[in-house]
Amino acid sequence: MDVGLSHYLTVAAILFTLGVFGIFLNRKNVIVILMSVELMLLAVNINLVAFSSFLGDLTGQVFALLVLTVAAGEAAIGLAIVVVYFRNRGSIAVDDINAMKG
Amino acid sequence: MGLAGFFFYVFAAIMVASAFMVISARNPVHAVLFLILAFFNAAGLFVLLGAEFLAMMLVVVYVGAVMVLFLFVIMMLDVDFAELRAGFAQYLPVGVTIGGILALELILVLGSWALASGDALRVASPVPGDSDLTNTEALGRVLYTQYVYFFEGAGLILLVAMVGAITLTQREREGVRHQNIADQVARTPQTSIEIKQVGSGQSVFPSSGPAE
Repeated sequence: MDVGLSHYLTVAAILFTLGVFGIFLNRKNVIVILMSVELMLLAVNINLVAFSSFLGDLTGQVFALLVLTVAAGEAAIGLAIVVVYFRNRGSIAVDDINAMKG
Repeated sequence: MGLAGFFFYVFAAIMVASAFMVISARNPVHAVLFLILAFFNAAGLFVLLGAEFLAMMLVVVYVGAVMVLFLFVIMMLDVDFAELRAGFAQYLPVGVTIGGILALELILVLGSWALASGDALRVASPVPGDSDLTNTEALGRVLYTQYVYFFEGAGLILLVAMVGAITLTQREREGVRHQNIADQVARTPQTSIEIKQVGSGQSVFPSSGPAE
């Protein structure tokens, strides 16, 4: 059985689902939620690169590069917010993050 | 099943297993290490797909920078992670339900995907035919010409992220001496130098005796 496009898409779908599942499972831990988001972005990247490879089109890889950039920036800013929040409140539980709730 | 197929299954299996460990590990440090393993295996999949540059980017940028950042933050924050895991079993059923539905839908839609062939297939920037052009060079030729504005935009996003992270985490602490550049520049000889006439055998300091 030769490995085709659908194999890669299925793996990426499973990975994306695991990311969503991780957000539900670790609803209190911001850091694990950020890691789950990284997993979902990785799944998107695998999709883009798989389409790029099987279509013979480099655009997918360019966009995967952009997704990589945005993910790196998101991780940096997210972790900075977590650090600032921990400094102010002494906790990173999601339930405690309600200072901006109306 | 050739060698490429074998490696596809190896990489995919290890990646999915380590992704599962990321979301279920008790210790967040272990979660980060499993995430690193998942990224390495994703880089392997990228190599199998012929995207060597992105594979190396994944290893350098993610494993080298982002995951180390995660590790630093986890080790820096003094958090009781066991307390944060409370309610793990409570959220399990809804998570399994929604995750299962999502996985089923995605696999049903994407698993039966077939590419159009011939004229229906429109390729924006095709992979160059000559084989002596590496993936990195081909990507660079597209990235710096056709998608140069996207490239500049990505740089801008990174700059904004960097400035944002620094301004968020920087703080003014009490009892720490900072350099005040305006004060330094405003110094004149009148404010910083005092000329004293010192007689022989006398000290500059009026109270204390000669230095010993």
